Amino acid sequence: MKHRISALLLGTALALAAGGAMAQDKTVKIGVLTDNSGLYSDLGGAGSTLAAQMAVEDSGLAAKGWKIDIVSADHQNKPDIGTTIARQWIDVEKVDIFVDVLNSGVALAVNNLVKEKNAVMINTGAATSDLTNTQCSPNTIHWVYDTYMLANSTGQALVKAGGDTWYFLTADYAFGHALERDTAAVVVKSGGKVIGTVRHPLNSSDFSSFLLQAQASKAKIVGMANAGGDTTNTIKQAAEFGIVSGGQKLAGLLLFINDVHSLGLKVAQGLNFTETFYWDLNDGTRAFSKRFSERMKNKAMPSMVQAGVYSGLIHYFKTIDAMGGNPHDGVKVVAKMKEAPTDDPLFGKGTIRADGRKLHPAYLFEVKKPAESKGPWDYYKLVGTTPGDQAFRPLSESACPLVKK
Amino acid sequence: MQALYAQLLVGLINGSFYALLSLGLAVIFGMLNIINFAHGALYMMGAFTAYFLLHLTGIGYWWALLIAPIVVGIFGMILERTMLQWLAGLDHLYGLLLTFGIALIVQGVFQNYFGSSGLPYAIPDYPQIGDCSPNAPQDAFCRRGLQGGMNLGFMFLPVYRGWVVIFSLVVCIATWFLIEKTRLGAYLRAATENPTLVRAFGINVPRMITLTYGLGVGLAALAGVLSAPINQVRPLMGADLIIVVFAVVVIGGMGSIMGSIITGFALGVIEGLTKYFYPEASNTVVFVLMVLVLLVKPTGLTGRAA
Repeated sequence: MKHRISALLLGTALALAAGGAMAQDKTVKIGVLTDNSGLYSDLGGAGSTLAAQMAVEDSGLAAKGWKIDIVSADHQNKPDIGTTIARQWIDVEKVDIFVDVLNSGVALAVNNLVKEKNAVMINTGAATSDLTNTQCSPNTIHWVYDTYMLANSTGQALVKAGGDTWYFLTADYAFGHALERDTAAVVVKSGGKVIGTVRHPLNSSDFSSFLLQAQASKAKIVGMANAGGDTTNTIKQAAEFGIVSGGQKLAGLLLFINDVHSLGLKVAQGLNFTETFYWDLNDGTRAFSKRFSERMKNKAMPSMVQAGVYSGLIHYFKTIDAMGGNPHDGVKVVAKMKEAPTDDPLFGKGTIRADGRKLHPAYLFEVKKPAESKGPWDYYKLVGTTPGDQAFRPLSESACPLVKK
Repeated sequence: MQALYAQLLVGLINGSFYALLSLGLAVIFGMLNIINFAHGALYMMGAFTAYFLLHLTGIGYWWALLIAPIVVGIFGMILERTMLQWLAGLDHLYGLLLTFGIALIVQGVFQNYFGSSGLPYAIPDYPQIGDCSPNAPQDAFCRRGLQGGMNLGFMFLPVYRGWVVIFSLVVCIATWFLIEKTRLGAYLRAATENPTLVRAFGINVPRMITLTYGLGVGLAALAGVLSAPINQVRPLMGADLIIVVFAVVVIGGMGSIMGSIITGFALGVIEGLTKYFYPEASNTVVFVLMVLVLLVKPTGLTGRAA
């Protein structure tokens, strides 16, 4: 009897102690869900995991008694694999926050799961603007860029420069469709016309048939609504088929620094496209990028996806540190993150809107000619800057249920 | 209608890659009885060898066409000597698993070092014919290697692509001739039928098998060099292609040399037409065809019953 009572007391005491610890829980688990082996792995992949590590180190939370773990996995660009991993991470590994999650198909699937399980997603890799529009969620922040912004910036600039007829080469999945839809809307709104479109399977290696169709259309602009390896092969083969020398202009709607690096300036020169981060923008971006590239295996500079992982996590760490502990409640944390303005060396000052859209400037770049480049990774010329509040879809046009009208 | 002709021609160009690769596979399967799943990785190694030759030693495309197949072929022969030869006489499955493992390792190593987006390799601009100097008059004739293209009326044909079709046709026919019409080829075919008997004639059968594997691998590497100026030189370039090429070999009939050449070109054309009429299906049309052919003729179009 005596033993039983003391056991009961001990149990109660332990439970109370654990309860007390819950309020002050200082553990975080970060899940880097990305493409570690496929056509997008240079944009995210190992570089995103490194960016997350650097964010953990730079946050200074370890010195304040926080325990932060990072896990990483390869979703192979397949939504079913992505959700399986995400489910396991939340249920078994107790992951609090998802970062990167590139590939729009995977991102939209994981978005639903994260909402259902009340975790957090800072999406830095996926492009589809649906993440903050029809599919918006109180648990998700869309950090770096989206199809609306790309269309708005690049599309508008090109139509204004005289490119008023378009033909689209579109990757046949959620991302390509979203990018094509958003760009076509901008083209039409700016007084241009879409002549035709061809949809190719993801990860094609031969684009000659599609390019011939684009060439036959006589459209002034051939818009590439694809990304990664698909875009680099399209650009390379477009040069071969004389698309540009024949008078048509190639528009890279989504291009990353790694793509330009792998194409080489000889092929990529003169391309216009939009990014929200470039390593050589200012002292802050240069300092981070130098540290990053020293730790990367192939000395690559960070892509905007990877930079976003760092920037997003820094803001997340600030928020939970200010909250005094990790409540393991996604909606609560994201709401707090939206309240505070963001500020970091990579994206500068910014805000997070009610629909989960992070706002910062968008930069229109042109790829330098080989003679203008001073060395490896010196690739971009800044052509124009759109302020954050004008670059993204205005809240008045948003179909997101979180936005009060 | 014009566009259709263009698609036919482009299909033929892709077909020449399928033909070269499936030819190598057919040679290896016919002589060694090994389903060489490492073929895609070896094709990728051919492209990377060309890249290294150019960027590390300054050796250009034309020499790469010769050197890369030899280098990768030697690598293949080492593989055969150290690993594959122990599988002789065993079930196909062992060869398939071993070569699949080799492919994964090779691709993994390359991806680890070179990332996924690949490396640039330009279309050769040498030899230059005519007056190509910077201060040449506007109307001077200048032909820079295989760069540029021709307007055929119905399409713009890059010179390089035309070269690929002609070159691979020549290589395919030469290989077919070597195996089906020469004495060496006769030994080879005899050695696969009855190695003991052929050995009794004083012919070194294991060495012949090794050289055959080297030849098949060399063909894959050659296709790799040919594709380097068209596609980015990427670690996964072979992995993306190999499944289609296997379908080509199966449709053509496993081990049939002529079958794989003809099917390779034919499937390239069919795929090209699909890209024109219904682009979304262009990645799957080959497999649909494979199912149809296997339903009607399980040995493939030109295959013989085992």
